Amino acid sequence: MAECGASGSGSSGDSLDKSITLPPDEIFRNLENAKRFAIDIGGSLTKLAYYSTVQHKVARVRSFDYSGKDAEQDHEPPYEISVQEEVTARLHFVKFENTYIEACLDFIKDHLVNTDTKVIQATGGGAYKFKDLIEEKLRLRVDKEDVMTCLIKGCNFVLKNIPHEAFVYQKDSDPEFRFQTNHPNIFPYLLVNIGSGVSIVKVETEDRFEWVGGSSIGGGTFWGLGALLTKTKKFDELLHLASKGQHANVDMLVRDVYGGAHQTLGLSGNLIASSFGKSATADRDFSKEDMAKSLLHMISNDIGQLACLYAKLHCLDRVYFGGFFIRGHPVTMRTITYSINFFSKFDLLEMDRLERPLVNLPLLLDPSSYVPDTVDLTDDALARKYWLTCFEEALDGVVKRAVASQPGSVDAAERAEKFRQKYWSKLQTLRHQPFAYGTLTVRSLLDTREHCLNEFNFPDPYSKVKQKENGVALKCFPRVIRGLDALGWEDRQLALVKGLLAGNVFDWGAKAVSDVLESDPQFGFEEAKMKLQERPWLVDSYSKWLQRLKGPPHKCALIFADNSGIDVILGVFPFVRELLSRGTEVILACNSGPALNDVTYCESLIVAERIAAMDPVVHSALREERLLLMQTGSSSPCLDLSRLDKGLAVLVRERGADLVVIEGMGRAVHTNYHAALRCESLKLAVIKNSWLAERLGGRLFSVIFKYEVPAE
Amino acid sequence: MGTGRLGVPMERPGRASDTSASSAGEPAPEGPDGRRRELLRCRASSESEPPGGASASAECVRRSRPGSCSCAPSVSRQRVESLRKKRQLFPWFGLDIGGTLVKLVYFEPKDITAEEEEEEVESLKSIRKYLTSNVAYGSTGIRDVHLELKDLTLCGRKGNLHFIRFPTHDMPAFIQMGRDKNFSSLHTVFCATGGGAYKFEQDFLTIGDLQLCKLDELDCLVKGILYIDSVGFNGRSQCYYFENPADAEKCQKLPFDLKNPYPLLLVNIGSGVSILAVYSKDNYKRVTGTSLGGGTFFGLCCLLTGCTTFEEALEMASRGDSTKVDKLVRDIYGGDYERFGLPGWAVASSFGNMMSKEKREAVSKEDLARATLITITNNIGSIARMCALNEESSCC
Repeated sequence: MAECGASGSGSSGDSLDKSITLPPDEIFRNLENAKRFAIDIGGSLTKLAYYSTVQHKVARVRSFDYSGKDAEQDHEPPYEISVQEEVTARLHFVKFENTYIEACLDFIKDHLVNTDTKVIQATGGGAYKFKDLIEEKLRLRVDKEDVMTCLIKGCNFVLKNIPHEAFVYQKDSDPEFRFQTNHPNIFPYLLVNIGSGVSIVKVETEDRFEWVGGSSIGGGTFWGLGALLTKTKKFDELLHLASKGQHANVDMLVRDVYGGAHQTLGLSGNLIASSFGKSATADRDFSKEDMAKSLLHMISNDIGQLACLYAKLHCLDRVYFGGFFIRGHPVTMRTITYSINFFSKFDLLEMDRLERPLVNLPLLLDPSSYVPDTVDLTDDALARKYWLTCFEEALDGVVKRAVASQPGSVDAAERAEKFRQKYWSKLQTLRHQPFAYGTLTVRSLLDTREHCLNEFNFPDPYSKVKQKENGVALKCFPRVIRGLDALGWEDRQLALVKGLLAGNVFDWGAKAVSDVLESDPQFGFEEAKMKLQERPWLVDSYSKWLQRLKGPPHKCALIFADNSGIDVILGVFPFVRELLSRGTEVILACNSGPALNDVTYCESLIVAERIAAMDPVVHSALREERLLLMQTGSSSPCLDLSRLDKGLAVLVRERGADLVVIEGMGRAVHTNYHAALRCESLKLAVIKNSWLAERLGGRLFSVIFKYEVPAE
Repeated sequence: MGTGRLGVPMERPGRASDTSASSAGEPAPEGPDGRRRELLRCRASSESEPPGGASASAECVRRSRPGSCSCAPSVSRQRVESLRKKRQLFPWFGLDIGGTLVKLVYFEPKDITAEEEEEEVESLKSIRKYLTSNVAYGSTGIRDVHLELKDLTLCGRKGNLHFIRFPTHDMPAFIQMGRDKNFSSLHTVFCATGGGAYKFEQDFLTIGDLQLCKLDELDCLVKGILYIDSVGFNGRSQCYYFENPADAEKCQKLPFDLKNPYPLLLVNIGSGVSILAVYSKDNYKRVTGTSLGGGTFFGLCCLLTGCTTFEEALEMASRGDSTKVDKLVRDIYGGDYERFGLPGWAVASSFGNMMSKEKREAVSKEDLARATLITITNNIGSIARMCALNEESSCC
């Protein structure tokens, strides 16, 4: 980020271009359609939020009209794919230093073409100071809101709605950060808001709170004192310096005072006896990094101590820290869509409005203790190293796939390159600061990749692959069904399970498999079955499952499908068909949006329609609503059972689902492997990653077949 | 030693000339009645307390009292006791080896008999002469003459108590001197406290052939406070407080009566800060501490202003204007923030104005020193107040 010295006198956005190297249209994204504005002008930073509509590309699938056509015709794709522009609502957050407020207001004025709003909500001390300027520049009426009221409302909202927004930090524990996933009762709590100074507020209910104290040693002290000590002008650069420093070079530690004797006295030698104490006694120069680190420690410790004292006095056991001093750390939470520009004056964050509420799966045994992820990579350094390397190595392939998915686009290569750089830099950040974006898991790595792809307008890189594979698999469907129907009952049950597992081999997300699929396009269902491990499997409760099938049918099965093509068509649907034949209703849940080659809800509708045309069992089940296709509400290759589409949750409850089938590595191994449900569950996956297989004590293509019955 | 009143959470910052001392620790401005000198004394005596402010750990361990001697108690104790029974051998030394400064107290007997004087070895005479006839030792040692306690009766002897200090990093030279002047030939006990009593114990033994009698610094601290109050300061009380601290006109420094002091909160400002809750003369606990103490003030001043001595730093601070450096409530809100009852003059963000380049260029070294002092003292005041409130609430 270059120096910005604009006074903002220019009337066009061009004047800003010269002063701010980041193109303003990337800062104030989608400004032209902004609907509502809110501004928070603090002691040093201005935070602007606006709600606006945003267009982005989405891949759509559309069924052909098959009537009168020969569906068996070769080279005929099973459905159409089109990329469309979709309009969604999005909340934008922009942060800039107060110095640039005039320039930024000018820019907003020039680009705000299409708004109905007459009012801008303003808060913070600066709302008073800059009221006239805002009204003059934007021709919007300034509605002043009390800063504390805003703060508390915002805090309550975030605590209740955004997972991983709140976290617990514990020094010297590994990992140092623990993120809160559940948030049932948030009151009462102590809010320590760290802006230029520190405000400490006791929050008792949604709208009852009390300012109990504060401190003048806050973010402004870090910035101001830091600028004096290091001649570094920017807040983020100061933080960066601090991240490289050794505070013990500047601070006087207990061990400096006691020599080695602190151990025998039971004191921790690393405690700071006197901040900056060494700069008073030692006659030498201190590095900028060390001083910045010492300053950061001094201020953070001081705030922490005051927070403890206030919490103790008011008998509160929950303390939340907020404000930009915290935000400035790379502990910025991943929300639904976010984009953050860390080393710049402009801090961006975008959040898509949730059109549909996400809720717990009603069948979770204990929603408050449910954690979707099997391995916490912030915890497990070995696994973290492996997976980060794994994602790094797979990046070339993803970039190639993204470019190939848009053959007609002139800038696809350029966008793909930008995607590569962005995701690569995130992976590097995570190597050094595993907790930078919240809890690090395989799921978060996968999801972040999808977000980045979306950001550079690759909404569905696998759409063509999925289309082709769905076409191939649909053609094989009748043959596979005939083969299954020819088997005796017991053999058929095993064949169905094997089919499910073999289908699961077709996973472009697994490098071992994508290499095979890339080099051998003819690799098919039968080859996949051959790859599978022979029984007994790595985790094998098949006999128990078979025994269960001999009993009464389940009332309703909820199935989470994984991949497009062979997996869903030749693996899942025959299994669904068998359940239907037993008299079990089936809810088939697929992703709402695309992720890798996972089958999406829209694709599943077309696939089901095509299968119904070939198969009377599926046909009648669909018509009689014994087979229901639903969306999960997610666009992730993994599965978070605590954030599912409400419609799905309602249906699960209505139908009294008593069996949950989770299929695939992403959903049944990386996530939910340990998930405890209130009903029977099947977790199936083929381990398509040799490192993971080894870790679990098996080999590549080992099979997980985990059938669980809840304790009585 | 100053006492603070609860309910004054924030210092009124500002120009040295338009404000007066408020709650504990705020330096008094240069006044006609020599207040500034007292300020220096007050500071210096604060500094002469041992450090031990450990950062932000809210440890609340009720300390077990380890007895007066922590080194081989049986041996040293016996030695002290037996010596006491016979005759106290001079010289009487006490060392407090802190993180920044070493404080040496020396009791100079005034009622020395001719017989005693004859008995005195040559080396002791020279030590007494050296210490009492100089005010500076080497390049860094200073005797604070104004602190001297005259005509004191200690263990039945009359004499003067001298206070000498030098930087801790000169400790090796001091030990060397002890060796050169043959201290070990004097049959005396070297009592020492502070972290350095542990850190340098081995050096004293191997280089100077001296066995230190180590004493717990917090024990010493509590005892010392009560002792100093009991003997008074050359007839005056050592403990004072400010009446009407927030009112420049009516503010008054008054003696504080420590007759019935318990429970009291003892805030010891050395390099770091230790906060003790004292329930009786031998029952206390360390409530908390902070690493933002005298060392921080001096350290930051050295970095910000290039000053080299603590006195220089204080002197600069007395002439500066912190409102140029700090961002006040009125700088943000244009006036008072009424909703929370925050007056416009309250500091909203210490050093907050230094975020701006123009303002950084407009401040003087004195302003920076002043702001550093205000920042550290306000913070100590704030923490002390919270501790007092917490103690109060846990009492009832």
